[in-house]
Amino acid sequence: MLTLILRRLATAIPTLFAVILLSFLLMRLAPGGPFDGERPLDPATREALVRAYAMDTSLAEQFITYIGKVLRGDFGPSLVYRDFTVTELVAKGLPVSLTLGALALVLALFIGIATGLRAAIRPGGWTDRVTGIGATILTAVPSFVTAPLLVLVFGLWLRLLPVSGWEDGQWSALILPVFALALPVAGGVAKLTRAGLASALNDDHVRTARARGLSPGRVLFRHALRPALVPVASYVGPAAAGLLTGAVVIETIFALPGLGRYFVQGALNRDYPLVMAVVMLYAGLIILFNLLADIAYGWLDPRARG
Amino acid sequence: MRALWIIGGIVLAAILGPFMLPWGYDVIDWNWVRAPAFTQGHLLGTDSIGRDLLARTLVGTRVTLSVAAAAALVALVIGVAWGAVAGWVGGRTDEAMMRVVDALYALPFMFVVILLMVVFGRSILLVFLGIGAVEWLTMARVVRGQVIQLKTRPFITAAEAAGAGGAAILWRHVLPNIAGVAMAYLLLTVPQVVMVESFLSFLGLGVQEPMTSLGILVKEGADEMDIRPLTLLVPGGLLVTILVCLTLAGERLRDRFTA
Repeated sequence: MLTLILRRLATAIPTLFAVILLSFLLMRLAPGGPFDGERPLDPATREALVRAYAMDTSLAEQFITYIGKVLRGDFGPSLVYRDFTVTELVAKGLPVSLTLGALALVLALFIGIATGLRAAIRPGGWTDRVTGIGATILTAVPSFVTAPLLVLVFGLWLRLLPVSGWEDGQWSALILPVFALALPVAGGVAKLTRAGLASALNDDHVRTARARGLSPGRVLFRHALRPALVPVASYVGPAAAGLLTGAVVIETIFALPGLGRYFVQGALNRDYPLVMAVVMLYAGLIILFNLLADIAYGWLDPRARG
Repeated sequence: MRALWIIGGIVLAAILGPFMLPWGYDVIDWNWVRAPAFTQGHLLGTDSIGRDLLARTLVGTRVTLSVAAAAALVALVIGVAWGAVAGWVGGRTDEAMMRVVDALYALPFMFVVILLMVVFGRSILLVFLGIGAVEWLTMARVVRGQVIQLKTRPFITAAEAAGAGGAAILWRHVLPNIAGVAMAYLLLTVPQVVMVESFLSFLGLGVQEPMTSLGILVKEGADEMDIRPLTLLVPGGLLVTILVCLTLAGERLRDRFTA
């Protein structure tokens, strides 16, 4: 298990470095700089600004300085939110995004595994067929379509839930965003659980368990579900990536003060330090989630430990 | 394959529809701003600045689908070439090429596309080049797997024995045999690309006004849905139909060719 983790980390570090380098180069080579506003700046002011942000040195120098700072957790000042450092913005936004993402992941796993299980018990039955079509539709519909639809139905027509905002940590305000974010992932999980379980239920070891007179529930949960969840575990990595991306648009729609919203604002305003910090952070998180998925995989399927 | 007929119908409507309407997608009708559906001349009403919603929806569909088709083709070309070479050559080259794919898989690719959009400006051309450049990974993996399987088959050995060169075998014998699978994954790539494009446009980072796309229309609809739900339901419903039909057709085709 330890070797697996170390091997993953060995590939993760170059990937992360490549992400940093790529985003750094792209952002620096971009036409149009952060000081190109509506009004042209007076040359002296401009020069002072360029010097203050150390943008008059060579690209390589800037990159090395940047990496050094990043390693110390300093992402520099935000160019658009003038009174904040990027680290402060991340510290404000990340907890919101992580709460949203974690709740959505748990909900998606719960819905997905439950419906997949229900469908696989009777293959070909009507629940199975409904789940099959339903899961395909759920995975195909992006969350930025589901979200306004949910708001329309539950927020505006039925008036059951708040439509947006999260001012005083009101939990009901999180229900719609979490559902909108979770549904596409839930569809994927349901499909994988159903397929995995359907094949596991035909396995020899399950037949043996049945032949020895174990109760159907015990056969299902102790013997069939575990191998069936292996593909689900390896889906958690990509799913987490999907949730992080989805969170960007969900936070924008529901006006949640998360990292994704800062990212969009940063991208629209060419706020280099902010955008780079978010890209690196998300790359790191996705790598972390893939690692966790690998560990879960090894736990579920001992053959994969090595 | 009913799904493909529906897609065909939508494509046809998107291509021909705008020519049959009295209003262009960017023409403002000053007499009818925010007109309700079935207003004279505006079957679905008009948007917040008086542009015909039906015309905008049809043109938006056209833009979304052409971006998707172009990007999927870019993904197809890169993916097939990369996967075929890796699978065919094998050994160290294969290892290195697949490492690159693994590394790229780990990227938060939506963020990379957004980075590309931010850096190179927001033009339609770059939207689909950018998307195509990140959507080829699955295709490369699938094609590589297929090529490795094919390599051991007798007819390939026969071609080698007959003195055919590597490139000729790849082109004449291997590629035709993976065409079906590649087709299935092409069909599955299209909805992915549609999703990315509308995602970007929704956030204001993709296609720019007055040009429109389904993503922009969903966004505009979401801003107006409390008064006129139709502005959300029409483009949203169309987008969902396109995505679901393409996914269903692609999955059917994939199962047929891989099972």
